[in-house]
Amino acid sequence: MAIAEATVPRESEHTDRLNHTWGRSRGFLGWFSTVHHTDIGIRYMVTSFVFFLLGGVLAGLMRLQLARPNNGLIGPDRYNQLFTVHGSTMIFLFAVPMLFQGFGVYVVPLMCGARAIAFPRLNAFSYYIYLGGGLLLWIGLFLNIGADAGWFAYIPLSGPQFSPGKRVDFWAQMITFTEVSALGSAICLATTILRYRAPGMTLNRMPILLWEKLVLSIMVMFAMPAVMVVSGLLLLDRLIGTQFFNPAEGGDVLLYQHLFWFFGHPEVYIIFLPGAAIMSTIIPVFWRRHIFGYTPIVVSVVATGFIGFGVWVHHMFATGLPQLSESFFTAASLMIVIPTATQFFCWLATMWNGRLQFRIPVLWIFGFFFIFLIGGLSGVMLASVPLDIQVHDTYFVVAHFHYVLIGGALFPMFAGLYYWMPKMTGRMLNETLGKWHFWLFFIGFNMTFFTMHFLGLRGMPRRVYTYNQNMNWGALNMMATLGVAFMFAGLVVFLANFLHSREYGPIAEHNPWKAGSLEWATSSPPPPYNFPYIPTVNGREALWEAAPNQPVVSGIRDDVPEVLVTNSLDADPEYKEESEGASLWPFLTALAVSAAFVGSIFTAWAVPIGAVPVIVCLLGWLWPRGHSPSPRMAEKWSQ
Amino acid sequence: MYSPSRSAILVVVATVIGMTSSCARETRILQPPPPGQATLNSVQVSGINPGAYPLPPPPPPNIYEESAYSVSQGQTLFQEYNCSGCHANGGGGMGPPLMDNNWIYGSEPQNIFATIMEGRPNGMPSFRNRIPEYQAWEIVGYVRSLAGLLPSDLSAARTDEMNVKPNPTPSQKPVGITGNPE
Amino acid sequence: MIALSTTTSNLTLAILGDPYHAGQHAALNPASGQAAHIEWLYWLLFWILAIVFVLVMATLTAAARKSVTPVQEILDISRENPGDEGAAWAVGTAVGVTVVTLLVVLVASVVTGKRVEAVPLNNSVTIQVRGHQWWWEITYPNSEPYLTVTTANEIHVPVGRPIVVLTDSGDVIHSLWAPNIAGKRDLLPGIPTSFSFQVDKPGIYHGQCAEFCGLQHAQMGFAIIAESLDQFSAWYRQQLKPAAEPANEAEARGRDVFLTHACVMCHTIRGTTAGSRYGPDLTHIASRDMIAAETLPNVPGALAGWILDPQGVKPGNHMAPNILAPDDLQALIAYLQSLH
Repeated sequence: MAIAEATVPRESEHTDRLNHTWGRSRGFLGWFSTVHHTDIGIRYMVTSFVFFLLGGVLAGLMRLQLARPNNGLIGPDRYNQLFTVHGSTMIFLFAVPMLFQGFGVYVVPLMCGARAIAFPRLNAFSYYIYLGGGLLLWIGLFLNIGADAGWFAYIPLSGPQFSPGKRVDFWAQMITFTEVSALGSAICLATTILRYRAPGMTLNRMPILLWEKLVLSIMVMFAMPAVMVVSGLLLLDRLIGTQFFNPAEGGDVLLYQHLFWFFGHPEVYIIFLPGAAIMSTIIPVFWRRHIFGYTPIVVSVVATGFIGFGVWVHHMFATGLPQLSESFFTAASLMIVIPTATQFFCWLATMWNGRLQFRIPVLWIFGFFFIFLIGGLSGVMLASVPLDIQVHDTYFVVAHFHYVLIGGALFPMFAGLYYWMPKMTGRMLNETLGKWHFWLFFIGFNMTFFTMHFLGLRGMPRRVYTYNQNMNWGALNMMATLGVAFMFAGLVVFLANFLHSREYGPIAEHNPWKAGSLEWATSSPPPPYNFPYIPTVNGREALWEAAPNQPVVSGIRDDVPEVLVTNSLDADPEYKEESEGASLWPFLTALAVSAAFVGSIFTAWAVPIGAVPVIVCLLGWLWPRGHSPSPRMAEKWSQ
Repeated sequence: MYSPSRSAILVVVATVIGMTSSCARETRILQPPPPGQATLNSVQVSGINPGAYPLPPPPPPNIYEESAYSVSQGQTLFQEYNCSGCHANGGGGMGPPLMDNNWIYGSEPQNIFATIMEGRPNGMPSFRNRIPEYQAWEIVGYVRSLAGLLPSDLSAARTDEMNVKPNPTPSQKPVGITGNPE
Repeated sequence: MIALSTTTSNLTLAILGDPYHAGQHAALNPASGQAAHIEWLYWLLFWILAIVFVLVMATLTAAARKSVTPVQEILDISRENPGDEGAAWAVGTAVGVTVVTLLVVLVASVVTGKRVEAVPLNNSVTIQVRGHQWWWEITYPNSEPYLTVTTANEIHVPVGRPIVVLTDSGDVIHSLWAPNIAGKRDLLPGIPTSFSFQVDKPGIYHGQCAEFCGLQHAQMGFAIIAESLDQFSAWYRQQLKPAAEPANEAEARGRDVFLTHACVMCHTIRGTTAGSRYGPDLTHIASRDMIAAETLPNVPGALAGWILDPQGVKPGNHMAPNILAPDDLQALIAYLQSLH
């Protein structure tokens, strides 16, 4: 029987039992206790999109202030908070939670053909912790405790002497929140990818998106500890007067930068790789053929994961390090172009030999190519030490990283939203509004950020709240500000499209794009148990290559929340285990941890005192409840 | 199921909170108000009050010691105006220590302000006209934070100077009062 | 390459409609050999990358036009993937070309880096720049203390002589950057570094702090004033002198005002009792073109406004407002204007 007939749920006793087993309870408690990955994934997306809009409003305010020379709209005190919170929000509260966690948590288990994510409670906990960090930063901003030392908060400016008050503490603790969250998600996603794949989905058949999420998870595990260490040391310096970064006591201001950028540059790839993953997923669907160069793309992704850790010093070329070491990092920074270029060429080859069927995500794919390419090429300039010391910390760099991050993450994100939204909501988005959204945003983006290249070359530094008339920067800045209006208009169109289509859009079939990966094998939106029967996989694009009589897994119980665990390499079934069900403990634990984190900004006693409720919550979370799910060999299924 | 109206409510609530309140300790007074006519010595050191005169009205609070930024400014000025030349970093040297609880001329903000502005016998010069009033109030805030008279989250945990520790000698006899009781 | 860059400059000019006239503050308008090397590298990379961009976009457009299949029904996927062999060859070639291009960029970058650093150091002038929130302390160190000059915000250099800049910071990280002269260099507290350049064209070149340093980062400017060796020497000799004595009663009263008010707490005027180093050295304030870290012109009106209300001009800076009687203010300005 064709695979979709078995994996798209329809009314039966079997699905009724599954619904009863996996369904979430109603009401307030049900809302806070659900741990299902589709719920959590959508929460990540909605929350981070709200933060994206808020961060965008801050950017709009900054552009208004800079529209004219010597503008008096916003003073330096507020302006510094605006750009710091804007940058921190976009990186920590939007880009990573949206692209790594949002898409990852929602799509990965579905793409694996699994009923749930691994460690669903940890996953839910990660979301609440992330939300806590975001609220901390933003409530701080509203209370005039908005961080104001820049998103990388260089010492000594961010230290106790030059940043009095609690503003930087709020920022540093927000880092702790979001990094705990990212680490939790990384563990969940890596485990899901390695152990929950449907039978037959060997490593060699894994969709590229899963490869990228796996590499990303591992990058997160190595990069995030660096920034947690550095923000932790900063907090200690600020709160209890340690001397880690005090130059007078032998502290090293460059140590901070090394540690920060050891996280900070891999972070750029943590943001870009999900975008590339979306490209590799969507391009074959709309060009109606298999991706060209599966192996080179996967190798490129893995290589990016390694080289990404070897380039951080290119953020520090202006500090006057020895030329030899700088040249090494130039070479490394140029080297990372190779895997990215390889992916580009493979996508182009896929397109060249494909049959394009034009839908809205394709526009965003073209937009991605145009914008990310410009950003990548200006990145080649920045990798060169002599050029970098001219344009470092100027608007040229601002232009560069917006081209890279908006091109490499936001455009793929919109492509992904238009692509997966039917799966999430069960309804298609309006294509006319989609075109308006794209063109307004694309034109506005280039107006705003292309002009910034010129501003940078003409000597306008970053993070200035005003500039003098006789610098002749006024016209270009006015142009940049006007572009923001277009971008906002585009976003309004998108929101309108989303809100309208969610209710009234055409109903989406289970596979409206006739795509090949497993999330399209179930209904839109998926039921709480994802698949009535776990599918099996015959090739890289599971649905395209399914045999006419492709079997499904039987023998998974429907009266307890069982998941099938397969081995890492060949995805052979190993055993079944019981997934953790809905629980309020992740939420309560997140509350307790948040209270301890926030309290520790004000007094060191919050750590020992705050640990008590955390321990209580963890006991509640981990307390053994009667039966322990013992691993059992999966029963054979019918071929 | 997720409802976006919840997050909308949350955002509205946060905005309202933000518009109605803001954290006084984070306020940064960049443009100081014009100097007031501070009545010096209006706060008495002791409770003894002559004759039938009523106690003077309580002094206005020092707005500069409610803000972490001002206390930090006071700390910078304390260094740059060379207060540390005599008082070290609060540990005392040629001048009395400021980290302890012994106050010869009172620990109220107005007392310290008067000390800075008018000077005191045995070496403390007068800085009237030299230090603007608002900066003197900022220094007052910092000096009081040294002695632990301000909440700890108003003052920095450390400076970027060499680490200082309180003077190990327990306390100094008050100097400058005429007549020796012994 | 020079012809190329001239063409490109003209092109840029046509796009922007804002001429790069002499003195224009821009990285692509070099006034020193160092900035010129970097400009050369910029245009080299610009054209290489422009070609890459055009090629990739052309391929994308061609691929889109070639592949577009306007069919309403979504096409089924075939198990064969026609054209993959040719694509493998093309992608392999493209990656190879990319690697070669990157090697060219790497070599050009390293070579330029060496050329930028290869400033001959004989007959060099050494200048110590120390960053402060939010001004620049400029010292011309000399083994003889009486030959040491200290000034602020305006760096005088002789044309055609190598300049060695020693950097340091008194508080947070700043970054010294005059785009027409050289790339930027961070001023790090506790980590002194040095770099060198040589200005070829006389002129006044604006510079600005490039590393975020707090409230007034935006208005922490400086100027590099490149002049002939004679002019530089004359300026240097003048700077070595103590402050001018008041020439009339108003100036004498101005000095009294300076020495009895808040000014004296922060500023130095050599030859008087004012010796604090919290703010810029004012011994020869009248010889500077601008005040307040290149924010205001050094004219009586701006000076008066700055003294009365510095927080209105640059909120958050460390200069205190001074409530001076009108007569005192007039006298003070007369005195400061006499300090050539």
